[in-house]
Amino acid sequence: MKLIFEKSVPGRRCTILPACDVESVSLPDSLRRDEKPALPEMSETDISRHYTELCKQVHGVNCGFYPLGSCTMKYNPRIDEEMAALPGFAGVHPLSPAEDRVGMRQVLDTASEYLCEITGMDDMTFQPAAGAHGEFTGVLLIKQYHDARGDKKRTKIIVPDSAHGTNPATAAMCGFDVVNIASGPDGCVDLDALRAALGEDTAGLMLTNPNTVGIFDKNILEITRLVHEAGGLCYYDGANLNAVMGIVRPGDMGFDCIHMNLHKTFATPHGGGGPGAGAVGCKAFLKEFLPHSALAEEPGHLQVRSFQGNFLVVVRALAYLLALGREGIPEAAENAVLNANYLMAKLKGTYTPAYDRLCMHEFVLDLSDLKKETGVSALDVAKSLIDEGIHPPTMYFPLIVHEALMLEPTETEGPETLDHAAEVLRMLYKKAFEDAEAMHTAPHNMPIGRPDEVQAARKPVLRWKQA
Amino acid sequence: MGSYIPSTGAQRKEMLRAVGVTGTRELFRDVPEQMLLHEPLKIPHGMSELDVSRAMSAMAEKNRVYATVLRGAGSYDHYIPSIVKYIPAKEEFFTAYTPYQAEMSQGLLQSIFEYQTMICELTGMDVSNASVYDGATAAAEAAAMCRDRRRRVTLISGAAHPDTINTVRTYCYGTGDELCVVPVKDGKTDPEALKKMLTAEVASFYVQQPNFFGQFEDAEALGQAVHEAGAQYIMGCNPIALAIMKTPRACGADIAVGEGQPLGLPMGCGGPYLGYMAATEKMMRKLPGRIVGETTDHDGRRAYVLSLQAREQHIRREKASSNICSNEALCALTAGLYMATMGPDGMAQAAEQSMAKAHYLAKELCAVPGVELAYTGEYFHEFVTRMPRHGEVLKALAEADILGGLPVGEDGVLWCATEKVSRAQLDKAVSIVKEVLAK
Amino acid sequence: MLYPAELRYSKSHEWVKVEDGVTVVGISDFAQNALGDVVFVNLPAEGDSVTAGDAFGDVESVKAVSDLVSPVTGTVCAVNEDLLDAPETLNSDPYGAWIIKVETVEGSEELLDAAAYEAFCSEEG
Repeated sequence: MKLIFEKSVPGRRCTILPACDVESVSLPDSLRRDEKPALPEMSETDISRHYTELCKQVHGVNCGFYPLGSCTMKYNPRIDEEMAALPGFAGVHPLSPAEDRVGMRQVLDTASEYLCEITGMDDMTFQPAAGAHGEFTGVLLIKQYHDARGDKKRTKIIVPDSAHGTNPATAAMCGFDVVNIASGPDGCVDLDALRAALGEDTAGLMLTNPNTVGIFDKNILEITRLVHEAGGLCYYDGANLNAVMGIVRPGDMGFDCIHMNLHKTFATPHGGGGPGAGAVGCKAFLKEFLPHSALAEEPGHLQVRSFQGNFLVVVRALAYLLALGREGIPEAAENAVLNANYLMAKLKGTYTPAYDRLCMHEFVLDLSDLKKETGVSALDVAKSLIDEGIHPPTMYFPLIVHEALMLEPTETEGPETLDHAAEVLRMLYKKAFEDAEAMHTAPHNMPIGRPDEVQAARKPVLRWKQA
Repeated sequence: MGSYIPSTGAQRKEMLRAVGVTGTRELFRDVPEQMLLHEPLKIPHGMSELDVSRAMSAMAEKNRVYATVLRGAGSYDHYIPSIVKYIPAKEEFFTAYTPYQAEMSQGLLQSIFEYQTMICELTGMDVSNASVYDGATAAAEAAAMCRDRRRRVTLISGAAHPDTINTVRTYCYGTGDELCVVPVKDGKTDPEALKKMLTAEVASFYVQQPNFFGQFEDAEALGQAVHEAGAQYIMGCNPIALAIMKTPRACGADIAVGEGQPLGLPMGCGGPYLGYMAATEKMMRKLPGRIVGETTDHDGRRAYVLSLQAREQHIRREKASSNICSNEALCALTAGLYMATMGPDGMAQAAEQSMAKAHYLAKELCAVPGVELAYTGEYFHEFVTRMPRHGEVLKALAEADILGGLPVGEDGVLWCATEKVSRAQLDKAVSIVKEVLAK
Repeated sequence: MLYPAELRYSKSHEWVKVEDGVTVVGISDFAQNALGDVVFVNLPAEGDSVTAGDAFGDVESVKAVSDLVSPVTGTVCAVNEDLLDAPETLNSDPYGAWIIKVETVEGSEELLDAAAYEAFCSEEG
């Protein structure tokens, strides 16, 4: 389809602002730009149709199944959107006097109270804007803790090789060296490898539990004990919290600080890649190191972004928490886990689970055998799903499984959807033996086929230019 | 009580049987018994949608929404065209995730590509990413792009937004690098002080344009000094001002960043906003975050993809310069939509009117005895006045449904006006100031 | 797979030759094949010092990045900047597309001759 710039007609415009009712002021020449920016010139009809056309080429959770592992693509309640748009939230200046923002304080305090209860933490900040940003904030708590004790020798953060790429990247942003430790054959932390990595230079451990292959690490208490014994702190990557909320708490597993992805676990929309919100919780002894806004709150602290965070995302999450309440939170986790196990059970016998055992909220299929036998890869299966109206699972992650497809159905899908997805996946398995070629070139029914990513990276075209 | 789970009790029983367990708790058998929660969570019972709506609305009502906003300082009350509120509410846009699967996400990818192009147009830079969290983190990420083995020191103007300075400081603390704040003189970056601080270890200097006090910096001269010292020049620009203001590219910037909130996003108690980030082609591969590129599919059709991914954390892991993955995509879509709706002339109109109204407000305020401008330089839509008893003044304004300027320093007030306020609203505010100070 | 006899190879799959007293470094045919389509090369600057066994840059494919490991210790005296515009030559002509030249070489990693390297590669699969 045409780009918005290709639809632009010189002189066309929307009428938005009235004439200026005070005398005009002009910028001195030295401060003026030479020419106008070449922004689109459109009527409102043009704009409405352009974006409608764009949205027809997007697959959202509203369009169909979206089992993108590790991303928790659950349904986003529309009431949460409506609440975030209330003028009492959307129309409030972040630096208006505190007495004008009592409701804002109440939202943050209430969300903090509930999320602390769910995670077993003592305090919380909502400043981080996303999960990775939460990791950064959390690991900075660890850094400040050691710094405040004058413990300068702790330079290393331990990360399992099954971790999300954000974990090692975060540790590096916080100035730590990363020690990668291998996972055991069950995908969990290898205790011997952990013991060998721990020492006087250990600042902390970053861990996801359940881990990225969808398994709850049953040695978790031993793991956190070992880290603490070595003088390190334990950071909980909350990416997979949806599996265990209301069932078991990271605080009770021995973690000292944690981030949550409000846009995963607490149902706020992913927005095509954001905004999210990465609330960070900590035990009381780390509270003094939580970030604050220099202007909106108290000075003298670290600060990871402006003001107090993605507040309107917190509003959505709180509306969701209120809806589910004490019964609904564990019920969501139970059904997320049930759905994952049910889908895995339906696929077993056709596909090979990377770990053949009960899983938590997600599971990984290993398609190496299929690839060996038919040449059809995990990528080919993923791309073939697109033609069937199903968003592909996460591909080629975690790195410790070859030809991995990671499926996370979430609790907001019924068995009909899961049965259908299983049927489609089994059909594709069969097709791999019958018509591998069709799968190598899938998808066939979308606006585009597979894009040439090599060309995109070698000769980057990152903006439109008038031909 | 509230639940978004479609499966019925009977279906769940069937599913458990298919899995081969007797109850849901059995699914959690890997969790050590001593850790399992046996008591219900200490949070309230769930609510119906109607009750959620009541509870949240009650909280919203405890916040005050002002009829007139004369406060900016990083969050600006511009008029948001109606269509800019409607389109991002299309379900496909807000419920999708990062467009990893290009074939099923062309609409999102194209919207980002269009946004990137508009940011390039606005800033004059060559390349833009798909956004970062906000203006403050954009500044911090830009500074990180410039640091290398030899040059580790980051400089920032003391006239930048305090939240930006603090955020950049935090990122520097992370990597163990030094941040130095360049002193302010007469409401602007002190160029002489900057020159003295530009040592061979300096990686970059960040200046905000217009700065926190609303003043225009002498951006070209600052940039020249920075380049003479072999450092990189980062400018943080107000995107509305950019509709008429000299571009960061024309001022010599290597990286242009800024807070994108004025581009159609509500003040929203502080977020979500978006940080825009654009750079020269030379810096392209150092840009953090998602970037969308144009290519073709196997049939030669134009296609958009997430590109240059080898920069990113999921590939580079501990060697990535940033850990960012989720950005503010929906805010970027909104910003692009805002720019398309306003067009080049509408954007210029918003900028010129904001500036004109701020100058009118300043002139009228300064006609009140005891009120004077703190700085004499050129300014955009914010300015600082010195005035006695500003606490009383702001309180009186609040009683008249006007959010006055932000107190800064001992007797300073930082005012802001946008195109959204009418002359009548400004006159009313000034008359109240006059009344209070006459007492 | 080509293993030119006149070159020496490191176990991290760089090739080395000495030309007019200067050590020339590139990546082997085996390496480019394993990497897939190279889309970008991060190069050091002239004058940078490199250490045998340490990374001096990296090569990017669409979905991976691999360190370039210096087989020798010395000072970079030339960088093949053509690779910035045409990284694909590392795929099409790995032994023609040199990456850096190093002078004042003080030491080197254990280097294999072509036969030994070919045997090493076949073990790595």
